[in-house]
Amino acid sequence: MTHGFPRPKQPWQLSRRRFVQGLAAGGVLAATPSWLQAAAKGATALGSAPVLSGREIDLVIAATPVNFTGVTRMATTINGSIPAPTLRLREGDDVTIRVTNRLPVSTSIHWHGILLPYQMDGVPGISYPGIAPGETFVYRFTLRQSGTYWYHSHSGFQEMTGMYGALIIEPRAGERHRADQDYVVQLSDWTDEDPMHTFSKLKVQSDVYNFNQPTFFDFTADVSKMGLQAALEKRQMWNQMRMNPTDLADLSAATLTFLMNGTTPAGNWSGLFQRGDRVRLRFINAASNSFYDIRIPGLKLTVIQADGQDVEPVTVDEFRFGPGETYDVMVEPRDDAYTIFAQSMERSGYARGTLTVRQGLTAPVPDPDPVEWLTMADMMGAMSHGTGHEGMNHSGMDQGSMSMGAMDHSTMDHSQMHGGMAMDHSMHGVQRASDNPLAKPSSTIRHARTEYGASVDMRVDMPRTNLDDPGIGLRNLSQRGLRPQGHRVLTLADLKSIDGVLDDRRPPARELELHLTGNMERYSWSFDGLEFGKSTPVSLRHNERVRIILQNDTMMTHPMHLHGMWSELETDQGELRARRHTIPVQPAQRISYLTTPHDLGRWAWHCHLLFHMDAGMFREVVVS
Amino acid sequence: MRLNTVKYLTTLVFIVGALQVNTALAQMDHDEMQMQGGSAPADARDPHAYSDGYTLTEGPYAQPGPRQLKLADEHAFWSVLGDRLEYHEDSESTVYDIQAWYGTTYNRFVIKAEGDIADGTLEESSTELLWGHALNAYFDTQFGVRLDQYDEGKNRQWLAIGMQGLAPYWFELDVTAYVGDDGRTALSAEAEYELLLTQRLILQPRAELNLYGKDDPDNSLGAGLSDLALGLRLRYEFSRQFSPYIGVEWTDTYGDTADYRRAAGEDTSGTQFVAGLRFWF
Repeated sequence: MTHGFPRPKQPWQLSRRRFVQGLAAGGVLAATPSWLQAAAKGATALGSAPVLSGREIDLVIAATPVNFTGVTRMATTINGSIPAPTLRLREGDDVTIRVTNRLPVSTSIHWHGILLPYQMDGVPGISYPGIAPGETFVYRFTLRQSGTYWYHSHSGFQEMTGMYGALIIEPRAGERHRADQDYVVQLSDWTDEDPMHTFSKLKVQSDVYNFNQPTFFDFTADVSKMGLQAALEKRQMWNQMRMNPTDLADLSAATLTFLMNGTTPAGNWSGLFQRGDRVRLRFINAASNSFYDIRIPGLKLTVIQADGQDVEPVTVDEFRFGPGETYDVMVEPRDDAYTIFAQSMERSGYARGTLTVRQGLTAPVPDPDPVEWLTMADMMGAMSHGTGHEGMNHSGMDQGSMSMGAMDHSTMDHSQMHGGMAMDHSMHGVQRASDNPLAKPSSTIRHARTEYGASVDMRVDMPRTNLDDPGIGLRNLSQRGLRPQGHRVLTLADLKSIDGVLDDRRPPARELELHLTGNMERYSWSFDGLEFGKSTPVSLRHNERVRIILQNDTMMTHPMHLHGMWSELETDQGELRARRHTIPVQPAQRISYLTTPHDLGRWAWHCHLLFHMDAGMFREVVVS
Repeated sequence: MRLNTVKYLTTLVFIVGALQVNTALAQMDHDEMQMQGGSAPADARDPHAYSDGYTLTEGPYAQPGPRQLKLADEHAFWSVLGDRLEYHEDSESTVYDIQAWYGTTYNRFVIKAEGDIADGTLEESSTELLWGHALNAYFDTQFGVRLDQYDEGKNRQWLAIGMQGLAPYWFELDVTAYVGDDGRTALSAEAEYELLLTQRLILQPRAELNLYGKDDPDNSLGAGLSDLALGLRLRYEFSRQFSPYIGVEWTDTYGDTADYRRAAGEDTSGTQFVAGLRFWF
């Protein structure tokens, strides 16, 4: 194995605070080579990526020195900035984007969530051969959609070393929501290590970055709190199965510095507003491996768009999103300063910025929440009902609509369907349930025969299918005293595309079932127990209406990104809800979505946790 | 005596560990908890059912030429673990116990090297060269050779077949059977457990035993249970990859091995303090 970077300084050699908080002035160094400065003119103002617009765009990819933590590292950048330039394009335009590679290795750019000819999708080995050193590749496509998207390298770990930027497509008909300020809030993560070295450490010891593991003294504390038997019971399943209840993420602040718009927490990216402004925040999770939980204490967040597609506005206090997902949020600030707080899912740290009336003002920054153990529902899904294990009290979730199991759907917000009567399945939108056996996603669990080998460390036999679970660490926040009463966290069940977005109302003609699998101990990730190298493509027919069921047989949440076509999320009753390009699937969850592949070619389909993708949770899709 | 407590504690750990081998093996066939292991039912889903016969290199729109996109599942990785690199106070000797591997997720070339160094001389060492193949999610089977070297004694060569992995309740197990010249056989078993006192302070009980099929007077080893070592080590992980430790190790010999020792005027059992370094990269 060769490392392209010198062995970096280890985190313990830095002061802890500086490592977690980063340098206030961290970012791309001013001393970029002169040839790059031409390309990056006007760039590298702290935390604000330059904006490029029009129909012709030139991008230059090169190695650039950066310093986020006190040590200088080489990043791979687009036009010399992190994040890369924000591209502001217009729906309906034919765009030409010339990408020049000044790296010593091959590179690529993928336009995440954009419908285009497959040759333009930017996945080396699937769409095209990639962009060789010194070459310029010309992307040409027509923008058939609008909304907030992003773009990033699809080569190796280049995305993790700086190659990501926002892509905003303005709708021809004008924005649906008026905004006085419009900011991209792009979350990412940075490591001073060579990502390949980071990955290989996980191959050796998969919990190497987890510093929130259960300890002996946690056990004795539990014994004195709940008694010996309960303390043992709490651990029994985990220990027997060799699963770690705090395995919430593979990486943590032990190697990552969390960034907001390319700015460290100490650097404090700030967005300005004037009192009375309606502020649109375009949240993009461009992190390599980090789920973020976003909140702005003191402000309600009105979610108006998910993955670039308008949704019926829903007002929440907090939302979680994984790498690849985007959410557009409207806020109406009244005070002088608010903290945009983005704690990482494993709670080892946070990215942070400020919305303020004046540069330099700050608001209090919360502490990350305590780590919550995964529950039996995360391990066993609906099977955990009635087992009496902890974490199962699903009465009175904050939204009053939280249910943990497949059995309880009466509280879901199905505004126009079956009035809460479970018996009445006669009408689901335009589909007659009784006519079509595929009106509802199949609930028969079918494990692949390759899920019984060394590549798979667990299988779920009774998955949960409800969409109204905010996920581990975000459940029962008010009851746990971590948030004010009435605190509402967004769930997938809250998302409903506005009328007209889900234009294909045909019922699916067939149904595919695939399981998300892995082996944490060996650090291997796959579909159906087959890593990419052993897999065969999923073949779809041009313009067919097809249902994809994904069942998560692991204990981690996987943001699943299907290139080249929409993923139209439905409920377990077959009711279409929201159009996405990246759908997070929680542990022991079984979800389904419909798609209509309008574009021929080969496409990538993968977990957008970069390390899971690279470990093999990746399939090719052929549309022919 | 406090050392007795150590002895009982580590013995307990070892017994529990040994039971886990059983459990691990049992889980491969039947499993009361069907979430792990087991074998695929006859009607299990075909993971290639949706491919229409296409592959990553064949079928419509495939990129020409050999497949370019290769992910980490097709890469080889390597690692070196210095599990014990320690000084034994009483015997004034240095012990090394190093394991290295190179390979993929499921197939690996493994080297295990152990030895004693005293007065600048490698007194005895055992080096295994093994091919490891994944048996199930948590265990690898290993085949290969073991080369024993003795400064005073006769070198031995063995064929090795073993199993190494993580048993339920987090016991690291390594059990290997050996066949040598002249119908010699041997069995060695090792169990380790890691008790996190804090995120960085880790107590590690460890047990190791050796059995031989027949007497080996040249090397003062007797048939049957020959020796048992129980250790308790407390390490501090300055990083996950670098942790100095202190500990205590209790060793005992049995049967003819003990007799050979007595005849040579050596102790048959002993307790000593150790200080060492654990590292991996």
